[in-house]
Amino acid sequence: MPQEYKLILKHVDEPGYTPDIDCYLRHGGYEGLKKALAIQPKELPDGKKASPQEQIRDDVKLSGLRGRGGAGFSCGLKWSFVDRRSGKPIYLICNADESEPGTFKDRQIMHKDPHQLIEGMIISCFANDVHLAYIYIRGEMPEGAKILIKALAEAKAKNFLGKNILGTGYDLEMYVHRGAGAYICGEETGLIESLEGKRPYPRIKPPYFPAVLGLWMCPTIVNNVETLCNVKHIVEMGGAEFARLGTPNNTGTRIVSLSGQVKRPGYYEIEVGKATIGELINDPKFGGGLRDGRKLKAIIPGGSSSKVLKAGEKFKLKKKDAEGKDVLVETDMLDLPYDFDSLAQAGTMSGSSAIIVMDDSVDIVGALANLSEFYAHESCGQCTPCREGALWMNKALQRMAHGQGRAGDADYLVKIADNIPGGRTICAFGEACSWPVQSFVAKFKDEFVAKGVADEARRAKEVAVPGETKPLAAAHH
Amino acid sequence: MSTTATIETKPAAPAIEKIKVKVDGREIEVPKLMPDWTGKLTPTTMIQACELAKTDVPHYCYHPKLPIAGNCRMCLVEFGTPALGPDRKPVLNPDGTAKIAKSPRPAIACATPISPGMEIYNNTPTVKQMREGVLEFLLINHPLDCPICDQAGECKLQEYSVDFGQSTSRFAEAKVHKPKAVDLGPRIMLDDERCILCTRCVRFTRDVAGDDKLGIVNRGSYNTIAAYPGTQFDNNYTLNTVDICPVGALTSKDFRFQMRVWFLKETKSLCNSCGTGCNVLVSSREEKMYRYTPRENDAVNGPWMCDAGRLNYKWVGRSDRLKDVLMRGAGQGGLVKTTWLTAINDISDKLKRAPAGSVAIVASARQTNEELYLLAKLKANLGALSDSVEHTGEADRLLVSADKNPNTNGARLNGICYTEIGSNLPQIAQGIQSGNIKTLIVFGEDVTTQGIGADLLAKLDTLIVSNILPNTTTQLAHYVLPGAAHVEKRGSFTNTKGRVQKFMKAVEAPGDARAEWEFLHDLVHNVTGKNGYVTIEGLFNQMAAEVPGFAGLTWAGLGDTGVTVTI
Repeated sequence: MPQEYKLILKHVDEPGYTPDIDCYLRHGGYEGLKKALAIQPKELPDGKKASPQEQIRDDVKLSGLRGRGGAGFSCGLKWSFVDRRSGKPIYLICNADESEPGTFKDRQIMHKDPHQLIEGMIISCFANDVHLAYIYIRGEMPEGAKILIKALAEAKAKNFLGKNILGTGYDLEMYVHRGAGAYICGEETGLIESLEGKRPYPRIKPPYFPAVLGLWMCPTIVNNVETLCNVKHIVEMGGAEFARLGTPNNTGTRIVSLSGQVKRPGYYEIEVGKATIGELINDPKFGGGLRDGRKLKAIIPGGSSSKVLKAGEKFKLKKKDAEGKDVLVETDMLDLPYDFDSLAQAGTMSGSSAIIVMDDSVDIVGALANLSEFYAHESCGQCTPCREGALWMNKALQRMAHGQGRAGDADYLVKIADNIPGGRTICAFGEACSWPVQSFVAKFKDEFVAKGVADEARRAKEVAVPGETKPLAAAHH
Repeated sequence: MSTTATIETKPAAPAIEKIKVKVDGREIEVPKLMPDWTGKLTPTTMIQACELAKTDVPHYCYHPKLPIAGNCRMCLVEFGTPALGPDRKPVLNPDGTAKIAKSPRPAIACATPISPGMEIYNNTPTVKQMREGVLEFLLINHPLDCPICDQAGECKLQEYSVDFGQSTSRFAEAKVHKPKAVDLGPRIMLDDERCILCTRCVRFTRDVAGDDKLGIVNRGSYNTIAAYPGTQFDNNYTLNTVDICPVGALTSKDFRFQMRVWFLKETKSLCNSCGTGCNVLVSSREEKMYRYTPRENDAVNGPWMCDAGRLNYKWVGRSDRLKDVLMRGAGQGGLVKTTWLTAINDISDKLKRAPAGSVAIVASARQTNEELYLLAKLKANLGALSDSVEHTGEADRLLVSADKNPNTNGARLNGICYTEIGSNLPQIAQGIQSGNIKTLIVFGEDVTTQGIGADLLAKLDTLIVSNILPNTTTQLAHYVLPGAAHVEKRGSFTNTKGRVQKFMKAVEAPGDARAEWEFLHDLVHNVTGKNGYVTIEGLFNQMAAEVPGFAGLTWAGLGDTGVTVTI
C-alpha cells in the first residue's frame, strides 16, 4: 500500500511546530550543517585528497538527487558544471519563485520550516565554496519573504550564517530578494537578470550558462527550494542511504501538490515512484477519490505546462522482468508510477510534481482557454514565437470558449502551437505554453471539433440584421 | 609634421587557427576566432561561417556591430557535429568519413559557435518551415501598412516575406493595437505597431552611443519600445537607430513621408561636417537630396554617423546660393554678371602680370585635395603667401571631431597651410596693410572674420573670391566665382587620421556654379602655361605623383573606403 514518506515535511504540520529557530533546534536542526562543517579531508585510494567540499558534492552525486523545480536534472551533475577555476566568486541562488499553476509545495517549506531550507542552502554553499547566496522568492509570497528574512536573522544571530560560521572560518551571507510578480522569473536565467535589477528576459544559452556566466557574469548555481532541503538530508543520512529512498534513478522523496476535483486536495510527500497516479488521486491517504458521482476525465501530471493525460490512456512502460530484462508493459495512465522516468515514457513529465485532476464536469475547451490565458499573460515577449504564439493561441481559445468557434479551429490551434517549441525559443516557456495546447487538442480533438461545428451551426441560424456585420475577430480581443 | 607619406601597411595579423565546417554540404575553412561586435576575437559563430561561405542566413535582431540578442529566431538553422562513440572517438561511416550526429534541436546561427567538423544546414524543409513560422508570428500583429510606410522598399519584413513567407494569413483574431506616431525624441518617430521588438535600437543606444535611454515596457505581445519615462531620446546618434531598424518602426522625422526609397539614387560620398569624414550614401532624386545614410567603413565610422552631420545637407539647396559669375564694373560699379570665359581670362591676365609676392591665397580646408593641389600650384608660381582658416567645435568620444574642416590634412599636405592652421593670416593682413600684397584670392572663407576686415580688403587692387554661399567677403569681391558643394562634384578629402577618401557627384550644381577644380585647372593653365589633367582621376594621380604626402596613391586605388597616409 502506498504510504506518505515524510522526509522534508517531517515536522511540518506537527502540532506545536513553529518556524522559529528554537523549535527547529529542538527538533535536531542544524545538526546536518555541523556534520558537514566537521568533515575532514579524506585520503583517496589513488593518493589524492578529497576536500570536505568535494566529499559533499560526491555524496550529492551518489544520492541521485534530481532537481525538484521541474526539469528533473541531476543536482550533482549541475554542481559539477560550475566553473571553479575562473577566479570569480561563485553564487548560489535558491529559486523560490514557485509559480507553476498547480504547485504549492515550496510555499509549505518556506512558511512552516524555513530553517530547513536555510540549513540546506548553507551546506550547499559550503560544498560549492559560495560566500554569497540569495533566496529569490516569488513576489506574491510576501508572508514567505517575511518569515525567511526573520529566519535568516535568527540563523545569523546563532552564527550559522555570517563571518566565521561556528568557528570554522567559513563565511557566508544570505539575502532574500523578492520578485515583482512574473512567472518567467522562475526560469533561472530570467531570475538572474531580475536579480541583477533588469527585465527578466531569459538569456541565450550558449553562451550564458549559469554555471559559467551567471549572476554578474560569475559562476552561479540555481536550485529549487525542495532540492536544497534535500541536501541537508543527504548529508545527514549519507548519499547512499538517500538513494535507497524512491526507485532507481528516481531517488528520494517528492512533495506532490494535488489539486482539482478530488476530495482531499493538498500536498503529500511520497517516495518517488512508490505511488501511482491512480493511488495519489484515489487512495484515502491522498486525494481520496473524485467527488461523488463523477468520473475522471483527465489529469495534468506535473504542473500546468506538462502534457495532459486522458483518462483511460494506455502507455508502453519499460520494466524489468523477473530475469532482469527490459520488457514493455502496457500500463494505464492511472497505474503510472509517479516518478520522473515513467511520466517521461508516457510523453509527459512530472515537472514540479503538481497533479491537477479534472473530472467529467470540465469543459476541456474552457480549461485550455484558462491555461492559455495564463501563458499569454506571462510570456515575457523577448523572442518571437512565444511572444506572438502565446497570445494568438489564447485569442483563438477565448474566441472558442465564447461561442465563436469554427470547425477547423482544432487544426488551426495545433499549427500555431507546433511553431513554438523544440528549440525555437530562448527558454522553455515555448514548450510550457505550447505543450498544453498540443496535448489537449491531440487527446480531445473531438470536443474541439464538436464545439466549433456547434458554434458554426448556431451562428448560421442567427438572423442577420441587415447592415450589421459581426466580424469573427471582434468576438474577443 | 612629417610629410612623407606611406601607403597604409596593415600590421601582420596573428595567425588564427582554421577549422573546417560544412555549410549546406559545402566544406569551407573558417578561422576559429573572429571579431565580435567590439572587434575582440571570439569563437566564430555559425552566422559568420555562413557569411564566409556566401550563404545568407536571414536575421532581424543580429547586427555585426551590436551585442547579440538572439531574440528574433529568424536565423534558426539545423546542424550536426561529428558523432562520438562511447570511447569519445569519432564514429566513422563505412566510407571512412566522419559520421554526423544531427542535433535534435535547431540553434540560432547568430550566437552558436562552430566546432571542427560541424555541418550547418541552412536550407532544409525544417529550417524553411521554422522561418515561415517566425515570419507568420511577426506579421500577425503587424499593421501591414506598407503603402504608407517609409521603410517599404528597404524593409526586411517585406524581403523575407518574399523569400520565406506565406501568401495568405490564417490569423482570424483581432490584432494587438499599440501606440502610433510616438514622439520618441526630436528626430525620431516610433510606430510601435510596426516594431518587431528586435531591440537593435535599445542595444545601439545603450552599448554604442552610451545613452541607455530606450527600453521595453509592458509584457508579451503587448511589449513596446519606449524612452525612459519623462525623457526624450535625444543624443547625437539617434538617427542610426532608424538605419538599423529592420522595419518601419523607427523613422526619421526629417525623411518620413518625403520620398519612396525606390525612387532614390544612391551616391557614395562623405560627410564634410567635421574632420572624421564619415562615409555616407547620398540619396537624391531629380537633383534634390533627401537624406544621408552612413556607409560602412570600419577604418572610419563603422556603420554609424552622427545626427548633426547627417542632417547637415539642406544648405546645399538654399535659394541664396551663388549661381552667377560676377565681376565688378569699372570705377565704383557694382557686381555684374559675366561669363566664366571672361572672368577666368581677366583674372589670368591680372595674375600673370602680378609681381612675385604681391598675391596671397586664403584657401579653405573644406576644399578637396585636388583643388588645394591646384591652388598650391598657383601659389608656387606666384610666390604667394597662403593659409587656411580653422573651424573648431566640440568633439565626442565616438565620431565627432573637434576639427570642423573635412580636409585640414589635405590643406597641410598640399602646403596651403601649416601645422598650426591660420598662422599666416596676420602676415597676410600685414602685407595688405603695408601695400605689399595687392591681390588676394579667397576660396570658401569669409576673411573679414579672420582679421582681414573690409578696410583692408578695400586697399586691394584685386579681390578674387570663390564660394558657395554669399558672405561679406563675396560682397566686397572684384570677381565672384560660384563654386560647387561637395555633393555636386567629385574629389577627395584627407581626414584627421590621414584617411584619403573620395566622393562622387550626387546632384548638379545650380546655375553657372562649377566645381572649383575645373575652373582652377583653367586658371593654372593660363597662369603657368602648363597643361594638366582635365579629369579628376588624372588630377588626383598627378597630385599623388608630385605631392610627397600622397605618394603612391591612385584614384582607383582609393576604392570606396579610402587609404590612410602618414600625417
